[in-house]
Parts: sequence; C-alpha cells; structure tokens
Amino acid sequence: MSARERVAGQVANYVDERTGSAKWLKKTLTKVFPDHWSFMLGEIVLYSFIILLLSGTFLTFWFDPSMREVEYEGSYEPLSGLKMSAAYASTLHISFDVRGGLLMRQIHHWAALIFMAAMVAHLMRVFFTGAFRKPREFNWIIGVGLLTLGIVEGFLGYSLPDDLLSGTGIRIAEAIIQAIPVVGSYLSYFIFGGAFPGEMFIQRIYTVHILLLPGIFLALITAHLMLVWYQKHTQYPGPGRTEKNVVGYPLMPVYMAKAGGFFFIVFGVTAFLGAVASINPVWIYGPYNPGQIGAGSQPDWYMGWLDGLVRMAPPIETHAFGYTISWNILIPGLIIPGIIFTGMALYPFIESWMSGDKREHHILDRPRNAPNRTALGAMSITFMLVTLINGGNDLLATHFDLSINQIMWFSRIGVIVLPPLVFVITKRICLSLQRADRELVLHGRETGRLVMLPHGEFIEVHEPLTREKLFTLTQHEQPAAIEPVASDENGVRNPKGAKAKLQARLSRAHSEQVAKPSSKEMLEIEDHH
Amino acid sequence: MSTENTGKELAPLADPGLPEHVHRKADVDPRAAQRAERQVGILFLLSVVGTLLFVYAYVGIDEDLFVFVPVMGNTNAHQLFLGLGLAMALFFIGMAAVHWAKTLMPDHEVIDQRKEQRSKNEDREDFVTTVKERSAEAGLGRRPFIKRTMGLALGLVGISPILLLRDLGPLPGNDLNETNWKAGTRLVTDPGDRPIKPSDLEVGGVVQVQPEFPPNKERHLDDIAQDSLLLIRIRPEEFNLDPERLSWTYEGIIAFSKICSHMGCAVALYEQTTKHLLCPCHQSTFDVTRAAKVIFGPAARPLPQLPITVDNEGYLVAKAPFNEAVGPSFWGRDSK
Repeated sequence: MSARERVAGQVANYVDERTGSAKWLKKTLTKVFPDHWSFMLGEIVLYSFIILLLSGTFLTFWFDPSMREVEYEGSYEPLSGLKMSAAYASTLHISFDVRGGLLMRQIHHWAALIFMAAMVAHLMRVFFTGAFRKPREFNWIIGVGLLTLGIVEGFLGYSLPDDLLSGTGIRIAEAIIQAIPVVGSYLSYFIFGGAFPGEMFIQRIYTVHILLLPGIFLALITAHLMLVWYQKHTQYPGPGRTEKNVVGYPLMPVYMAKAGGFFFIVFGVTAFLGAVASINPVWIYGPYNPGQIGAGSQPDWYMGWLDGLVRMAPPIETHAFGYTISWNILIPGLIIPGIIFTGMALYPFIESWMSGDKREHHILDRPRNAPNRTALGAMSITFMLVTLINGGNDLLATHFDLSINQIMWFSRIGVIVLPPLVFVITKRICLSLQRADRELVLHGRETGRLVMLPHGEFIEVHEPLTREKLFTLTQHEQPAAIEPVASDENGVRNPKGAKAKLQARLSRAHSEQVAKPSSKEMLEIEDHH
Repeated sequence: MSTENTGKELAPLADPGLPEHVHRKADVDPRAAQRAERQVGILFLLSVVGTLLFVYAYVGIDEDLFVFVPVMGNTNAHQLFLGLGLAMALFFIGMAAVHWAKTLMPDHEVIDQRKEQRSKNEDREDFVTTVKERSAEAGLGRRPFIKRTMGLALGLVGISPILLLRDLGPLPGNDLNETNWKAGTRLVTDPGDRPIKPSDLEVGGVVQVQPEFPPNKERHLDDIAQDSLLLIRIRPEEFNLDPERLSWTYEGIIAFSKICSHMGCAVALYEQTTKHLLCPCHQSTFDVTRAAKVIFGPAARPLPQLPITVDNEGYLVAKAPFNEAVGPSFWGRDSK
C-alpha cells in the first residue's frame, strides 16, 4: 500500500466512523445519469448561479447601497463633481478604480442573462419532452418558482447601480405597485419609505437581492436537485431504455469530469463575454433623476415581454366614485403575468386531467408524439415573442425604418391572432411528422438509388431501418381519449356532466394522433428481418 | 391514412436491448490513448497560460492603457486582458476535463434499475397508523380547548412581524395629490434655477422648469419626481383649446407636467413640427395643441396642465396649483 493510499484510507476511516457515510457514498459515486445535450441546459442554470454568487460577493466588497447624495470624485472625468447617490458613485468606483472591477460587474451581468436564458431553455426542454409528468410535478412547480424569482432578482440587480436607466425601471415598477386597487399607494409608500424615489429603496432592495432571494434560491435549487437525484433522471426513448431503468454513465469518474468540466467551460465563456462584450455601461446613462430620461429605454431581455405588454395595452382607465382603476397597467402588469405563471405552474395537473393518465413516466416524449402539448408550447412561445418584439418597438422602429404605430398595431393584433394560428400549424406539423415516422417504419429509408426492374419499371430502393431505430420510432403509447359518461347504466345522469363533457372534449384534442403501425403491420416487418 | 384515434393500444415492437458497445480508438490503440493523454495535458497547460496572462495583466498592464480592437473599438487593455486571461484559465480546465472524460474514461453505458416512487402498501398503512396513534396520544381530538386556543395563539402571533413593518414608510395621505406649485410660485430653469421671462423662450422652444424654492429649502429627487414641468412655446393661434385652458397659457407658452400620466417616466421627447410629446418608456404620445390629449399609446389621461401667467416683475409664475394629481394613476386619485 502506497503512502498516499494509507493517508486516504485514514481520512476515509476517520469520516466514516463519525458519519457512517461509506455506504451512501459508494451508492452515490456509482449513480447513473443518462447522457444528452439537452440535459446540460439545467446545468448551465446551476453553474451560472454559482458564478453569480462568486462575482456578486466580490461586488459587495465595494458597492455602497445608499441613496445618500455624494459628489463624484473618482477617475471618470465626464461625471467629475456631479452630485449622485453613493450607490451610483460606488458602481463607478468599481468600474474605474478597482482593478478587475468592471470585468466582475460585466461577468455578473452576463451570468444573470445566461442564468435566465438557460432557465427558459431548460423549461422548454422539460415542457416539450413531458418531463414534468408524474412523479416530477413538484420539481416543475419549484422550477416555475425559480423562474419567477429569477425575473425579480434580475430586475432588482440591475436596479442597484441607481443610474438613469435603472431608476426609470424602478419608476415603472412603482407605477405598477401604485396601480393596485385600494392598497396601491400605501404599498408604494411602505416600500419606498415615502414618496418616490425616497432615500430608502436601494438599501432595501440590496438586502433582498443579496440575502433574501439568494437564500430562497439556494433552498429551492437544493430541493430541485435532491428530487432529481432521488427520482433519478428521465431519459430519451431508445433500445434498452425502459420505464423501469435508467441507462447512462456513472457519476464517478465520467460525470464528475464532464459536469465539473462543464462548470469551468460555462464560467470561461461568461468571463470571455465579460471581457469583450460591454454590458450596462452605467457611466453613459448618468445618475438617476426623475425629471430626466434616456431615449430607447430598454429593460433586460427577460423583462422585455412584460414591457411589451404594457406598451401595447389599450388606454383604459375606470373613473368612478372618486376612485381610479388603471386597467392599462393592471392587465398587462399584473393580471396577464399572473395568469401566465399560474397556468404554467398548474399545467402538469391540467394535462394529467385531460389525458386521464395517472401513471409514472420516466421515458421522455418526442415532441411530435404529443402534438397537443407541443402546439400549446409553441403557442405560448409565440405570445411571448410578439410581446417581446413590442417591448423593443422603439429600437425596431429606428433600426428598420418602421413607425412605432405600425409595430404597435402589429403586436396588438398579433398577440391575439398569431398564438392560436401557431397552435393549429404546430399541431398539424406534429401529425405530419408522425405520418412521416409511420412511412419510415413501414417502408424504410429512401436510399436515392434507382433500380430498373426487368419489365422496365423504375423503383427507388428503400432500406429497412435497424431494429434499434424501429423500436425508437414505435415504442411510444397512443392512449385513447376519455369517453364522456353522460349517464350510468341505470340512466342516472352523471352529476359531473358538464365537467366530464369538457374533460372528454379536451381529452379528444389531447390524444389526436396518427396511428402508428398496427401489430399486424409490425409483425410483417419483423418477418422481413 | 387519416388522423384518427384507434383507441386500442398496439403491441409495440420488442425492445432489442442496448446496442453493442463500439470501442473508441483510444480504447484499443495505446498510441491513440497516449495522444489523448497529451491533448488533455496541453489543454491544462493552456489554462496555466491563461492564469499567467491574468497575473501579468493585473500587475503589468497600465490601467489607463487603451488599445484599438476591431469590432470592439477603443478598449481598456487592462480590463480586456484580465478578462481574456481569466476566460482562458477557466475554459481550458473545462475543456481538459471533458476531453479526458470523452476519450479516456470508460464509455460503457451502465443500467440502473428504478423503483416506483410510491411506498409499499404496508409502509403506508404503518405510517397512517403511526400518525393516528401519535396524534391520539397528543389528545388534540379529545381536548378541543387546547386545539382552539393553540389555533388562536398561532394565528395571532403572526400579527407582530406584520405590525413591525408598519414603520417602513409614512401613509401617503394627500401627498400624491399635491406638488410644490402654488399660486404665484415662480418657474425656474432646471438646471440653473433662474426665473424665466416669456421673452426668454422662442416660438418652437421647450425648456424644463421647476418651482422656485426659498433659499433655505433644498430640492430633493422626490420634489423633482412631482414638480418637473415642460414649458413649450408655440404660436398662440395654433392652440386648439377651450377658453378655460387657453386662459392657462401665456402668449403661446403652455406648461405640462413632465411626469407621464401613464407610469411616471419623464416625457422628454418633443417633436417640434407635429407638436407632439412622446414618452420614451411606452410611447404614449400627447398633442400639445390640444392640452396634451393622448393620441397614441397606453396612457389614458392627458398630461396635467399648469395654469401660468406673469408676476409684476414680468417673470413666469403659476397662476394656480395643478387641479389634479400628477404622475401615474392610483386608487384614491380624485378622478375627473
């Protein structure tokens, strides 16, 4: 036994005698994870969160979260002698007078954008493959919670420097709070410590941004990962993969190296962006002043849809009995986002109700094999894209020589017309792809080789698929729709009549499929082999 | 072939099982394995180069050195090379580890069995019995007095932290309805704090103003958030106003709150030819000639207009306070 082995053995012995962890660790180190590029999206979220914690901690060493008025005396000449908040002045200090400070600020901001983008991509992967189905509904809800908090956390983060752009964003947030019926102005005065902008806001959101929300993130991410660990990862369909097993590579050494390495790759790419791609150059905007504004004010991308909704809202306010309700703010600012996020959180339960499927699922769906779900997802993405486009209507107008009015009307109509249209088209595309799969299974792959038969006829040679490929294309289930039960055998009307009818109607839409090859047809293929 | 629901589950093709394992070059050829090992090592060394570059940039490159980089333009070399060094140092560690895993670590797929999440029936029954027994031991069901008082106490204790939050801020009171504009308040330039005579403003001109403060009073951002005013001068015959609103103007000079009636942004863009005011946040557009009537965008109300006149020294002053709240709407806003 080498000296190194002896030392390692002693350490392991010492720990195990006190924690009994050897058995658990042995199991953990050989734990199997399936391999697929799309499983890395969630990893990117985790890694950018770690990058955010590291770079954010660095920034706190110099950032002064105070709205106390100071005179700027740092090395950025154009703002020299200007009155500004200590928060803004310390942001300038980090950017110009701390070595590597600007780099860290930019890494932090890029990591936040990547964090949100990867989260959305991860959510789409989970949605379109049906990974949210039983038993993973809790994790879906945790994910929706993380996404919601991520938007808030990002917004608070870019508000901290107290520059003209971010101050304008806070002003808009304040207007949304103020628009809440009955309690709005009270809430606003409590949050801002008085009239907007007051002198308390930055230090308050600082606590929320660096302590409260990161703490909640840590807890939720831990729960999210523990559930992934405990429930074992889903896997894509394929030969050897069943609902009862999980096929992949062990944690040690393959995943330790791959996942650990991937962390460094994500960090490296973020650092590269921080080095070469300027982001949020707050010194250009100047300090916040509610009487001023910069043209082309844009929030970060993950807030763009919300801003776009607010921009396209029709100008409706209700004035009655001396009270005002601002529908032009409430509907786009609170009601629609509320519906979107609630609907998203509830979707696993809605789908399970529509399909009547209460079983566990560990094999992922190919999106085409769940046409209704895929179409719903495409519809939601379309809605978000139209609102996002409208959120950048001023930039689009100047860059593409359009009028803002044109873009606004395109968005107002498009946001209602396009999503259903995309739903129908996507569903048809999915069914066509199913039909193509069916053709492929029954007639094999087109080889492009033409052969002339003895009697002169030309045919194209089709090559039969491998058994592995055939299995992958046909392993999915095609469950039937739920039959509506209007009355039982004694003629008693179903007390849940309307609900059952709705469920049956939705179920019919949900289970619309192109029938995959029948058992008889499949047997014929088997014979060919 | 039609889109249809056959309803019956079709027997799937039998699972052919995991495909046969294909060996990589490095698994069978020792020279390929050596090559892979060298590649991993070189990648790690590249990371070392990155760290050295980072250290060099930190101590060796002047913080004020700017270099021209295509696409990026004039760039601070210190920050740039710090970043590039760090990026290299991190990125190549990652590449090395992944390359190592992909070429040299075992690539045999392993099968692990799953079990249903649901506990066994006897465990579930055990659980129910335990919970029932233990709660019976606590006697909650038999002692309703304890149950109710405990509920009351736990319910009420939550009041304390909520009450403690009361001092987060004052009540709004009438604050949102009032500004520092009173009858006779002089309009002063922002910035500069100089009083303005009508002749200072040419036709087509626009200027941002604030109310004049007594010398001992300081202007805070809260004041600017409510008082900011845009003073615009057009030819008087271009106004399309009712007689009352027309009397609020002075020789073609009209004053609007600069705080958007939609969400409170500064309505800063004035289009001289069309005489439109545009809010850059959400593109609400107001027509200056028609008392800032909304002609486009999400704003539901015109910008409040401040009645102005001149005092006996000839300086512009407010004739009266705003007759409505400025800025975004709120529940208790006295609607007109």
